[in-house]
Amino acid sequence: MAATADTVRQVEEVTGRAYKHGFVTDIDMEMAPKGLDETTIRFISAKKEEPEWLLEWRLKAFRQWQQMKEPDWAKVGYPAIDYQDLYYYAAPKQKPKLNSLDEVDPELLATYEKLGIPLKEQEILAGVVAVDAVFDSVSVATTYKKELEKHGVIFCSISEAVHDYPDLVRRYLGSVVPAADNFFACLNSAVFTDGSFVYIPKGVRCPMELSTYFRINAENTGQFERTLIVADEGSYVSYLEGCTAPQRDENQLHAAVVELVAMDDAEIKYSTVQNWYPGDENGKGGIYNFVTKRGACRGRRSKISWTQVETGSAITWKYPSCILQGDDSVGEFYSVAITNNAQQADTGTKMIHLGKNTRSTIISKGISAGRADNTYRGLVRVGKRAEGARNFTQCDSLLIGDKCGAHTVPYIESKNPSARIEHEATTSKISEDQLFYCMSRGLSTEDAVGLIVNGFCKEVMKELPMEFAVEAQKLIGISLEGSVG
Amino acid sequence: MALLEIENLHAEIDGKPILKGIDLSIEAGQVHAIMGPNGSGKSTLSYVLAGRDGYEVTEGSIRLDGQDLLEMEADERAVAGVFLAMQYPVELPGVTGMTFLREAVNARRKAAGEDEIDAMGFLKMVRAKAKTLGVTDEMLKRAVNVGFSGGEKKRNEILQMAVLEPKFCVLDETDSGLDIDALKVVSEGVNALRSAGRSMLVITHYQRLLNHIEPDVIHVLAHGRIQKTGGKELALELEQNGYADYVEAAA
Repeated sequence: MAATADTVRQVEEVTGRAYKHGFVTDIDMEMAPKGLDETTIRFISAKKEEPEWLLEWRLKAFRQWQQMKEPDWAKVGYPAIDYQDLYYYAAPKQKPKLNSLDEVDPELLATYEKLGIPLKEQEILAGVVAVDAVFDSVSVATTYKKELEKHGVIFCSISEAVHDYPDLVRRYLGSVVPAADNFFACLNSAVFTDGSFVYIPKGVRCPMELSTYFRINAENTGQFERTLIVADEGSYVSYLEGCTAPQRDENQLHAAVVELVAMDDAEIKYSTVQNWYPGDENGKGGIYNFVTKRGACRGRRSKISWTQVETGSAITWKYPSCILQGDDSVGEFYSVAITNNAQQADTGTKMIHLGKNTRSTIISKGISAGRADNTYRGLVRVGKRAEGARNFTQCDSLLIGDKCGAHTVPYIESKNPSARIEHEATTSKISEDQLFYCMSRGLSTEDAVGLIVNGFCKEVMKELPMEFAVEAQKLIGISLEGSVG
Repeated sequence: MALLEIENLHAEIDGKPILKGIDLSIEAGQVHAIMGPNGSGKSTLSYVLAGRDGYEVTEGSIRLDGQDLLEMEADERAVAGVFLAMQYPVELPGVTGMTFLREAVNARRKAAGEDEIDAMGFLKMVRAKAKTLGVTDEMLKRAVNVGFSGGEKKRNEILQMAVLEPKFCVLDETDSGLDIDALKVVSEGVNALRSAGRSMLVITHYQRLLNHIEPDVIHVLAHGRIQKTGGKELALELEQNGYADYVEAAA
């Protein structure tokens, strides 16, 4: 829509290559001592007044994690992380429960203002988005709860859910991403601090888009969110996740886990705009975004759709996946990954076809500029019983400049002869002809790049909910600033 | 003073001189044509006027309304009122014609310190102009030039010209790739844009186009210089005798 028109304005606002969200909020923090051992985990669990079973679950995960090795198969490089040199728990010193936004620390609210998500405004704007804001590790304010309650929708922080809906949490937590699934997911299982919990009851179409803004604030604090979304039979939910983090010289680890469960005829649409601090032009600082996201289409005719626009982070390691268990279930993955300067991204998806007539679509757009490396890594697996499974994959890479890289690594495994799997891939460059054509019509170099790249990403952008699409289009323009000329 | 003044223009590509001293001035409201054989420097002149990278001006000046164009980047020239209708319009996958036009108009408004254009009013205005050029709504929704026929591409160029309302238009071999009917539609579109304040430079190989767009002045370009200037009769002369005289004269 007003794609680059907004980009124009945005680019003006951001002079140079300054990271817009690079500010630090000065709020008293309560921290666990640096380092990780069973004491840390007991501390976190105690702080959150967790039941015994969850503490045991964490400890078990921690013991497994100690036996695991950090994966090194991705096409990313970074100095070894010292896991003993991180803080694993940081919470703003707050009254434990808040009844309204008025009770929220004004400085915190100001932070959100700067992020462009004034909660008050959101509240006034009524009925558009419910925001469960995660400030570092503790959910501070949850809006729209009442409206959601009316429909029986549960949308709260996972810590609250552990207290208020223990049976639901216990039944589904770790059921899609088992605690010991991989190194980073296992670490998350041991030390996760907060995140969102969503439950949509049978037959309910969630009346609004649910949104969480994550933000990493405290220095050296790894953020370990845990999100769990369960859509019961015949229900529908659209969930938006936006991420920003302040600018710092040192790297910060972000190892989140997201689990989705869709029962018969249920649909979950999960959209992410990820704009973590990418580090400076020389690769100093920035977020390590090592995330495990997976959805299980457990029910027949269920559907899970991942849409992601990844412009931030120094390193992205992320493969939002679908396990298509139910017959006729559908998995989708729409992705735009932009890397500029020294950013590295190794991202893609896994579509695991287990049920009959399961279908999946993968559309991946990778854009690489500066000295960045951008890898699509995807797996399409069709099991023995997945009669009539179908997959379509399209991977397009766009290169800007001659020092960046684009790589496509598709894995295809089929054990059923009736499966149909298609893979298309292209690699192109923004041509000088295109730039000149746009400029000869009056567009500046940066606007021209923004327009061309937004055009390249169109198939993915149209999958984003409206209010997110505008923000994402701006981000594309900003993140590629200075990449040409 | 003329709207466009080119004085002693020398330009080269990769160190190879192409334009070797062009003098040309076009009054406001006038249409000039440049004819010439292949390799005479016609397209180079159009790119140099529009400000494309890679074309180095080594001597001379170009002024539009007194402004020094050589000091400006391509986008600044466009905003100042230069428009190049290209011989080979470029594909922009995923960018709809309507978005492209709106971006171009807003770039001008931004430069003038104005707010962005009202989307609904703009849509109406573009549709009305598109209709006269036989550009359908469906074409405006498609990605710019992607899968367009030769005629559609050229009509689209003229539509952009009509919407952007430039002061000075360069039409680079607009007739290439057009059949008689398409040529007629495009020419009518161009003629409709002739006005007292607007000048045009029509670049072509063939006299055929000039039957439809009648120029006030015709120049013959060969070997990087204007070899002869005259009226309509010059085109007819070229049609009969070809460019042989000029090619040999300068060789």
